[in-house]
Amino acid sequence: MTAKVGVVVFPGSNCEHDVVEAVDSIGGSGKLLWHKDTHLSDVDAVVLPGGFAHGDYLRTGAMARFSPIMEAVCRFAYDGGPVVGICNGFQILTEAQLLPGALYKNRGLKFLCQPTMLRVESTSSVLTRGLAQGDELNVPINHFEGNYVCSKETLEALRASNQIVLTYRDNPNGATDDIAGICNKNGNVVGLMPHPERAAHPLLGSTDGALLLKGLISDG
Amino acid sequence: MSQMFNVLVEVSLREGIADPEGLTIERALPALGFNSVSGVRVGKSLRFDLEASNETEARQQVEAMCERILANPVIEDTEISIDGAS
Repeated sequence: MTAKVGVVVFPGSNCEHDVVEAVDSIGGSGKLLWHKDTHLSDVDAVVLPGGFAHGDYLRTGAMARFSPIMEAVCRFAYDGGPVVGICNGFQILTEAQLLPGALYKNRGLKFLCQPTMLRVESTSSVLTRGLAQGDELNVPINHFEGNYVCSKETLEALRASNQIVLTYRDNPNGATDDIAGICNKNGNVVGLMPHPERAAHPLLGSTDGALLLKGLISDG
Repeated sequence: MSQMFNVLVEVSLREGIADPEGLTIERALPALGFNSVSGVRVGKSLRFDLEASNETEARQQVEAMCERILANPVIEDTEISIDGAS
């Protein structure tokens, strides 16, 4: 059976079609979901795509967290459903407290749009379950607020339960511990700043992102 | 009887969180001849009117707003000022 991946569209999202395209190209079936929906219907996984949901007013992700669909996304996540937040989606997941910490302005105050080399740190997340620890992936970033910040206690907890999923080889934004992506304790909720959907076709210069997205449509 | 209050919420970065915007401004000031500035921190302020039965109730409401949406406690602190309106 083809895995259905729901991609939530908030006003201001701009990577939703790229995610659907990438999911379709690896054998899944992407389906757009509107942020005002209150049900996820029959999807097997949910992606919160990149962009500027609700204009990023107040703080990135602060308003999107209150979109009607987020209640259903939270329930789905608590029930163990795979939920992945990419870039702005990661910011939304931290605001919704599905993931700890926050994303703050890049060190150096530059908007960064460039390829980055990532290292797989943990394979216990839905995105990295098909990969090996130490694998290196070429996936681009595209953000102004990707500097991962959290308290010392949170950082220790993340390390202790193997929740640091991906790190940057050359930290581009000042993120704590070079963190590019983290997951919750169960590994079913993942947030990452790099855009795997933009590295899912040879024409895009890398297909490493597809390796991550494949985790979403496999049965684990 | 309810009363109107003028509320000012100042949101600033928590101590220990690097403030690249503040640093950039601090580095720019000497170029204009302001050589004795240090410790620049950039934040934001929100002003609004609030109807409540008394100041204590108003403050409780604003504190709840700060906690739920106006600030992100992971990176931000808030300072609340409340004045009774005429």
